[in-house]
Amino acid sequence: MLTTLPNPVRPAFEQTEHDGEVIVNIGPSHPATHGTIQVIAALDGEKINRVDVHCGYLHRGFEKECESHTWHNLIPYVDRLNYCSGLINNFAYCDAVEALMGVEITPRCRYLRTLLSEYSRLADHLTCIAASLMELGAMTAFLYLVMIRDYVYEHLAALTGARVTYTYGRIGGLARDLPDGWLKRLDEILTEYEKFIGRIHGLMDRNRIFIDRTRNIGVISSADAVNWGFTGPILRSTGLPCDLRKDAPYLAYAELDFDVPVGINGDNYDRYYVRMREMDESVYMIRQLIEMLPDGPINVDDRRCTLPEKHLVYTEIESLINHFKLIMEGPAAPAGEVYAAHEAPNGELGFYLVSTSGGTPYKLHVRSPSFVHMGGLHRLLEGYQLADMIPTFGSVNMIGGECDR
Amino acid sequence: MTMAATTIPIHAAKQRSPSFEYLSTKKDELVGWARKFSLFPYPFVTACCAMEFMSVSSSPYDTDRFGAALPRFSPRQSDLLMVVGTLTHKQAPILLKVYEQMCEPKWVMAFGACATSGGFYQNYAAVAGIDKIIPVDIYVPGCPPRPETVIDAIMMLQDRIARSSHLIVNDKF
Amino acid sequence: MSAQVFDVVQQQLAPVTGECSLSHGTLVIAFPPPALLDIVRRLKNEFKFDLLLDVTAVDWPEQAPRFEVVYHFYSTTHRVRVRLKTRVLATDPTVDSLVPLFGSANFMERECHDMYGIDFRGNPDLRPILLYEGFVGHPLRKDYPKQQEQPLVPFRT
Repeated sequence: MLTTLPNPVRPAFEQTEHDGEVIVNIGPSHPATHGTIQVIAALDGEKINRVDVHCGYLHRGFEKECESHTWHNLIPYVDRLNYCSGLINNFAYCDAVEALMGVEITPRCRYLRTLLSEYSRLADHLTCIAASLMELGAMTAFLYLVMIRDYVYEHLAALTGARVTYTYGRIGGLARDLPDGWLKRLDEILTEYEKFIGRIHGLMDRNRIFIDRTRNIGVISSADAVNWGFTGPILRSTGLPCDLRKDAPYLAYAELDFDVPVGINGDNYDRYYVRMREMDESVYMIRQLIEMLPDGPINVDDRRCTLPEKHLVYTEIESLINHFKLIMEGPAAPAGEVYAAHEAPNGELGFYLVSTSGGTPYKLHVRSPSFVHMGGLHRLLEGYQLADMIPTFGSVNMIGGECDR
Repeated sequence: MTMAATTIPIHAAKQRSPSFEYLSTKKDELVGWARKFSLFPYPFVTACCAMEFMSVSSSPYDTDRFGAALPRFSPRQSDLLMVVGTLTHKQAPILLKVYEQMCEPKWVMAFGACATSGGFYQNYAAVAGIDKIIPVDIYVPGCPPRPETVIDAIMMLQDRIARSSHLIVNDKF
Repeated sequence: MSAQVFDVVQQQLAPVTGECSLSHGTLVIAFPPPALLDIVRRLKNEFKFDLLLDVTAVDWPEQAPRFEVVYHFYSTTHRVRVRLKTRVLATDPTVDSLVPLFGSANFMERECHDMYGIDFRGNPDLRPILLYEGFVGHPLRKDYPKQQEQPLVPFRT
């Protein structure tokens, strides 16, 4: 047993400013901080005076790891960024590489990626709201939401083979096409969702305790939010309708009819409600996409990135060599750089790729919304009580894999 | 060279009577039964496996059926340390501190590929398996493991607890 | 709309910047390090690029200057992005910090400092953020071996 363990961080303040102030350490193994954030708070009674947020406890070296894998081989790493909505990470990354390579995806792939992005957004918001409601004590709401999320996971496992980290996107398309009966089951799940979400609204929306704990807590103004880099539902809860799906439409969003919910105060209740409404909008979008889904091939017929058909690989020498080169060396991207961003459930998820014409990236940087939100978290915590940290942290939806990469 | 005839006495080192052995076996079975069906997990949650931890705690997979439902978020009050997700070098001192704060008897479950062996993160930041830091009783493979795998692991751990000897009075009984 | 604001930006900032180009719908502006604060202030106040998206760096060990510090900005009014790139030497990897202009710059600059060793003059708090106290070196530089671990807790034998 070690007598003293090394402290991995240096706190910003160690002295109290006046008598009566107490410095507490919250985390990094703590249920309220979702396991990987350390918050050193200077408290005056129950009120938080100053806060020092430490992240990095889940820094897994994603960017360095990706520099030694081919463009295709690193898709599993990309999955594990925002692990609540794995498909959106896949598609945002594949979109960036396709932009770099100048590959145009097929219409069916475009609509299917949009549908699956909205499906993943649904799963992420379900997880966020479930976790934050459970932390406030609403166990029933948690169990309802996680039940729906489990249906979504099993359904996506029927499509991709995995429940949480899918690795389904491919450069130039997707791993495989929809199995039979998948869309029918999707319809069933959406109907179940609508039934259950009505119950959550009934339990939470006008619940005295919930309103007391979340109204006017963690308030931030639009100007402050933009200054501190907040994007996604947090920025929209302050009143600014910034959504990449409307502002700079990608995939098939330009053809869909949907609203962008915005909040009024920028407090925890608004963030909860914006997410609830976004889930409803996602379901509406998925229903439109089920109607609009065209037939056709999933993968673009481009030998720079798409693996050839197996029967051709076994019979033709050109396909064999193509397959071999794509697997061993990776799809050859031209030299250059690109920054492509998608609207992830947390905000703007961007990939900055630098390539020196090879099968592996020279640099792969992720602009992660959670990391930037952690930089502004102290604005949401300071001045409120220690117990308010629970709903505020839950409403920010910090995902460790994305924050620390 | 002749071998001297020796008799190997039974229980020579321990010198315990059969009735003592019977009592201690029954005591072990009773204590093992009690301990295995009242596991209090400490979910040391870091990464993606947390999603499957949430799934396994809720319907339809429910760990409550196995007595392992109530997570205790204080290491002093828990006996099963479930390390859920990747352990990084920055987090390692915290894991060791939490493990040392737990009282005996305690068991450790390495939940997921990253906790078992580092997963596919082979770089400067990730520890290649938590057994480099703390002793592990049960390893759950999967990235992330399906909830059924976790339940299988809990059941295996329960079998191990049932079969092991529980010294509750002193180092003999 | 996007092309318009890009033309205006390019025109107005031409005296202080190097070459400008368009990359996949993003205006890329290269400039020498001392012009950073001036350009960013004008982008923020005159051209409404109010959201600092990202601060990162690229390591080109065979080239001199070695490090390329890259900034991405987004305008919530014009809905377009701008990329700023500047080069700093390996012997003196220092740029001015954007903390006086953008609050979000704090964490992002700390990460860039951690990973590459870029020094941000004026950032009051350059503690390690993704790495830990006692970590020697800057992992994302090309000369740091990927698997070189620096454990804080000794491994069990």
